[in-house]
Amino acid sequence: MTRSALGARTVSRLLPGDYADRTLARHLARHGNRPSCADPRRRDELIAEVERAGLTGRGGAGFPTAVKLRALAAAWPVPRVIANGVEGEPASDKDKVLLAVAPHLVLDGAAGAAELTGAREVVMVVHHSVREIVDHAVAERRAAGTDPVPVRVLTAADTFIAGEASAVVHWVERGVAAPTGRPPRLGGSGKRLGGGGKHGPGPALVQNVETLAHLALILRHGAAWFRSVGSPGEPGSMLITMAGAVRRPGVYEIETDTPVGGLIELAGGAAAPPGALLIGGYFGTWAEAAAALPLPFSSAGLAPVGASPGAGVIAVLPRTACGLAETARITRYLARSSAGQCGPCVFGLDAIAGQLERLAAGGGCDLTLVHRWLGQVRGACRHPDGTALMVASALRVFSAEADLHARGWCSEDRP
Amino acid sequence: MTAPVRLAVDLIACDGRGLCAELLPELITLDDWGYPLLSGRAVPAAQRGEASAAVQLCPRLALRLEAGAAGRTSGSG
Repeated sequence: MTRSALGARTVSRLLPGDYADRTLARHLARHGNRPSCADPRRRDELIAEVERAGLTGRGGAGFPTAVKLRALAAAWPVPRVIANGVEGEPASDKDKVLLAVAPHLVLDGAAGAAELTGAREVVMVVHHSVREIVDHAVAERRAAGTDPVPVRVLTAADTFIAGEASAVVHWVERGVAAPTGRPPRLGGSGKRLGGGGKHGPGPALVQNVETLAHLALILRHGAAWFRSVGSPGEPGSMLITMAGAVRRPGVYEIETDTPVGGLIELAGGAAAPPGALLIGGYFGTWAEAAAALPLPFSSAGLAPVGASPGAGVIAVLPRTACGLAETARITRYLARSSAGQCGPCVFGLDAIAGQLERLAAGGGCDLTLVHRWLGQVRGACRHPDGTALMVASALRVFSAEADLHARGWCSEDRP
Repeated sequence: MTAPVRLAVDLIACDGRGLCAELLPELITLDDWGYPLLSGRAVPAAQRGEASAAVQLCPRLALRLEAGAAGRTSGSG
């Protein structure tokens, strides 16, 4: 355990201290055997325990896990469990690190979810960098007869959009890593998150790999144990990725509600005086560092700056760097990452990125037009919406910088 | 009285031909790239017929009527 001057500390529930702990033998020595959840008479009780724990999706959307489990337990045809380890977000590393050091915890959670929902198989969709580790873990479990249902491993498509839930289902079922506009099916009657038609893919529990690792521990130790750290409203630990101008960038496991300033201390402190933070990742929210540093890292805690933890990313921008240049770079990346299916996303994000590039370079930029476009971009998935929210926050936080640029200045020291 | 319906568009299928906005200017406008922006409110009873015609005439079969009084103005599919 590491503790910072502000009292922030790392916890060690998911992440073991040592890469050697990723073998099945060491995993079992650390966590004990996975309790079976196969008895159908105990399903409701165990799902209620997950609900009491207050576990929410750690992929960014924060949806309550128990609600999905309950819907899929009643699904027909029998669903599959899809462990989402795509992590296409360039600023985030937590899912890769988790799969690299604790693959068996994720696989335990997937096995538990399969038993709780009566699923016929588990599909692990993982980033290519950890494919071999996950393959090895699955082989160890196969030899030991650990899992109740067959487990398949797929390498994720290496794109930003590939991790979107409907794109993951599309990838598993059809080999196409593009969103479908139809959220993953939760039941046999065409019941979906957010509604939708009755045609299309079979029911699937799509769950972020970190969520499954937490589930594995809740099924072992119960709701009270899970809630014994973190905030009462958003309990437990979470993995975060510290990026940008910190001395020790990387992945940390923390309690929810740890102050943002404490998280920066855990990451070795700021490498340069921070000016702004991008909280939540590329679909996240820019916030002034001074306003964000005292706030607790949770949805409720970050509300004053309009941010939420998202996928657990904090990127620190030094005061001497130009936030508009960084925003233009990220927006161009997101525009290029469009699946290219919906016109307003393809043309809108490109147009917004173009204006921001002009603004960053000190050329003429029509901000009225940018704001108009931010209200018009939309599509079958949340890619354009997420991009628009990030850009809108940048235009709020960097408005003084935008005024400077309009007059041909930039606060960044340039050669 | 019939149940309220609203228009929705499948933006993956939509090609921005713009026919719907010509047929239903009160309910559909076009964004800066020619793709439909839906008003999001329930289709008034007097325009049900025109709305149905627009749905049937969409060359990409991207427009539909669905149950519900209110929805997102963006009308994602």
